[in-house]
Amino acid sequence: MAGSPAAVVSAGALAGVLAFLKDDPETGFAFLMDLAAADYLKFPSPRPGRFAVSYQLYSPKLGARLCVKAYLPAENPSLPTASGLWAGADWFEREAWDMYGIRFEGHPNLKRILMYEEFEGHALRKDYPLGRMQPLVPMRDAIDYEKVRQQSRRASNPS
Amino acid sequence: MTEDTLQDAVLTTRLDKVLGWARKYSLFNYPFVTACCGMEYMATSSSHYDTDRFGAVFPRFSPRQADLLMVVGTVNHKQAPVLKRIYDQMCEPKWVVAFGVCATSGGFYQNYATVPGVDCVIPVDMYIPGCPPRPETVIDALMKLQERIQGQKQALV
Repeated sequence: MAGSPAAVVSAGALAGVLAFLKDDPETGFAFLMDLAAADYLKFPSPRPGRFAVSYQLYSPKLGARLCVKAYLPAENPSLPTASGLWAGADWFEREAWDMYGIRFEGHPNLKRILMYEEFEGHALRKDYPLGRMQPLVPMRDAIDYEKVRQQSRRASNPS
Repeated sequence: MTEDTLQDAVLTTRLDKVLGWARKYSLFNYPFVTACCGMEYMATSSSHYDTDRFGAVFPRFSPRQADLLMVVGTVNHKQAPVLKRIYDQMCEPKWVVAFGVCATSGGFYQNYATVPGVDCVIPVDMYIPGCPPRPETVIDALMKLQERIQGQKQALV
């Protein structure tokens, strides 16, 4: 969020930082507004890790917002779950798992939320091929393109 | 001699023609509405544009009571088996209309999620362009579909 402070913390320290921000009476970040993941695979400037997870927090007590961000490595990216602190983290974390393959350790039900179980890979990773589809129903060969081409050729040069 | 007796009291026709006439004016549609095109579908089927005045397109909300499947909106790969099953549940004779560009070709979506046209899953009789199509376009397509039903070989099922 523009103008609001942000903090980058290490993945190991994240659970403690989040618990402090929520439970300390002076901070009181009781509301997790959003949890987002990002893949920096082809990002122009170097980053501390391939993936990042950011938590957008709001403190009704202070009227303040805070972004907490952690970078994760390309291999087996994982973080401790925040669903014990904010129940709303449950579905956000499932989405981040579904789209980016980031594991949240201790999550009560970490399965895909948008895609189907048969889907292979994680669709929003930058190395997922843009046109790769994984249909559940065998695709029909809908249009006979050669026939269409012949028809349009016949229509444009009537003999 | 029969013609002299009956004069104008009877009309002669072919079975195909009379079945086509009956079928084109009693289309019961099942709307498979998934996206924003649904608003335009509602506009077209309710009183202002009123597709029912063409003797056609009275919405039924069970595929088993319908003979026209209208696929209105984007269909993704997760939904495709559902669409296929609905199509299979409909009795013959049946027709399918792809309503809007998403149902026709996937529209501007070209990605992991979207079916690039419902004809990848089920056969389609009429494609309606537009994002979303105007009611006039929909009515035009319905009239063309009726023409097509009238002209086709009628299976006795």
